[in-house]
Amino acid sequence: MKAISSVSGRAYPLGRENIDTDIIIPAKWLKTISRSGLGEGAFETIRAEEGNIFDDPEYAGSPILIAGDNFGCGSSREHAAWAMADLGIEAVIAPSFSDIFSGNAFKNALLAIELPQEAIDRLMEVAKSDPIHIDLENQVVTTAFQDRFPFEMDPFRKNCLLNGLDEIGLTMQRDDAITDHEAGLQQGQPWLVPAQ
Amino acid sequence: MPKTLYQKIWDAHVIESNGDTALLYIDRHLVHEVTSPQAFEGLRNAGRIVRRPDLTLAVPDHNLPTTARMDPSGTIIPIADPQSAAQLAALEKNTAEFGVQYIGATDRNQGIVHVIGPEQGFTLPGTTLVCGDSHTAAHGALGALAFGIGTSEVEHVMATQTLMLSQSKSMEVRVNGALNKGVSPKDLILHIIGEIGTAGGTGHVIEYRGKVFEEMSIEGRLTVSNMSIEGGARAGLIAPDEKTFAYLKDRPMAPKGAQWDAAVQYWKTLHSDEGAKFDKSVIINAADVAPSVTWGTSPEDVVPITGHVPDPMSFADPSKQAAAQKSLDYMGLSAGTKMQDVEIENIFIGSCTNSRIEDLRAAASILRGRSKADSVKWAIVVPGSGLVKEQAEAEGLDTIFTQAGFEWREPGCSACLGMNPDKVPAGERCASTSNRNFVGRQGPGSRTHLVSPAMAAAAAITGKLTDIRDM
Repeated sequence: MKAISSVSGRAYPLGRENIDTDIIIPAKWLKTISRSGLGEGAFETIRAEEGNIFDDPEYAGSPILIAGDNFGCGSSREHAAWAMADLGIEAVIAPSFSDIFSGNAFKNALLAIELPQEAIDRLMEVAKSDPIHIDLENQVVTTAFQDRFPFEMDPFRKNCLLNGLDEIGLTMQRDDAITDHEAGLQQGQPWLVPAQ
Repeated sequence: MPKTLYQKIWDAHVIESNGDTALLYIDRHLVHEVTSPQAFEGLRNAGRIVRRPDLTLAVPDHNLPTTARMDPSGTIIPIADPQSAAQLAALEKNTAEFGVQYIGATDRNQGIVHVIGPEQGFTLPGTTLVCGDSHTAAHGALGALAFGIGTSEVEHVMATQTLMLSQSKSMEVRVNGALNKGVSPKDLILHIIGEIGTAGGTGHVIEYRGKVFEEMSIEGRLTVSNMSIEGGARAGLIAPDEKTFAYLKDRPMAPKGAQWDAAVQYWKTLHSDEGAKFDKSVIINAADVAPSVTWGTSPEDVVPITGHVPDPMSFADPSKQAAAQKSLDYMGLSAGTKMQDVEIENIFIGSCTNSRIEDLRAAASILRGRSKADSVKWAIVVPGSGLVKEQAEAEGLDTIFTQAGFEWREPGCSACLGMNPDKVPAGERCASTSNRNFVGRQGPGSRTHLVSPAMAAAAAITGKLTDIRDM
């Protein structure tokens, strides 16, 4: 995973609630066996709307997306995070995220930042004309207008993001503990290995 | 201290914990073609193996066409779409290369991953079970802690048989009383989602409690727990009981003999203790639940079949008003329209929510000796697995469906998600037994009304959304 400590730039002011992963990337794009190239299908149904923000030159290439409550609900498809990354988005700011999406975003070094609705409302205004700055190290979102919105971040995730740690590699270092656990199961719950 | 069922299963699987994050052992991993290719590629690139291929089971379902898979001579019919064919071939090749158990497209045991897990006895009470699919929540019906994961997590589980997780909160959904006649488990879960909202369970694991669930069949429980994710909860749970044990006994992959006895002894301890505290509690009165239907583009947009399309201005929150108006525009509906006046052109009976034998029996009991309305252009039944299909055919249900004008298909996810050839045309409506009515879910421009299998059958006959209690 690539290391990430801050994101600065313009933001797409999407603002809508309940953006599900079918909206982020429709199912027809999921036939791929690769992680790349999904930006083309990202937000396809929204991009079919005239005057949508994703095709507005004002916001072209913005690294931040601002959305409403319950962002990323629905399907577990990690293609949603891949598609957003392929579009050049490095961070999403919303009042809340679905559990699965926030995990998928984390695995792809896409920051999923929760801020209260009032902060979102303010950032939606700023985003129309000015950039937004996200400082992961200090856990704060700021603007050129002295706005300052601190956010929460799981310490484990923060450490992985700041240092670009490979989670599988980390877990494999715990192989002895996993093997011990399996030995215990073999003893206490031998039925856990399926009958063949 | 009294523990919830969730806490018991969680505690039994923690290998190590550093306060916020725990390394959790995963007992069961189900794999399908769509969310696994990039995970296998990741393993290959890093020179890693699948740690426990014996705890991993793969089957194609999402992308697979539901038309005949072999011609009369037994030759396999190639898949027309090259991308789908490549993805399905990748699953077969990857499972062979990594030694993972694989049920192929033409195997009689093939089916939707969430149908075959319980059916094969791969899903067991008290286990942790994951799959790269959000409807993995279904398996909680058997008392397994089961949840959907992304592809990076699929790779993590394949490499290590663990996940790094922080514990969710616990939420009790208690349903008091008994369901009225004509009200199915699907109506109940739609009603629950309508009450709690699509984010109502976010950050929580739901345990469904109360006599209604004790009396419900295992297949009904699977329907309920399946849609936990539609209420935002990553997992649902129902405490295992005698019904669960009877359902699992003698399933091919379930424990046998002395191991079975030992397993049942353990499973009997898996329930929330008297006095266990839940972080959140929702009480529903079963008598309030009517046959239910959705009007909008979110699974929380639920009304009783006797209800009307709501007025967007009736929502208190301005952002909800705007969202509702957008939904109505997409759905081509106006506020105040009676749900029973909504005409339907397509019927889909299937999906991991409602494609088991009891679902097919419920639909067939309405369709017996009747035909679909001429205005219904397309009606399909897609059994959840090859074994469900065989059972239905043994009971003559396929004949009832085909005589009523339905197509009888091969098992798969089909028109639930618009990624295989089964799609609802743009601008047309579908009464669907699936789980999501999102914009474009059943195909670009498709308009979905979520219903139970009996209600889908009733809509096929009248050509409109119909109250099953009138049939």
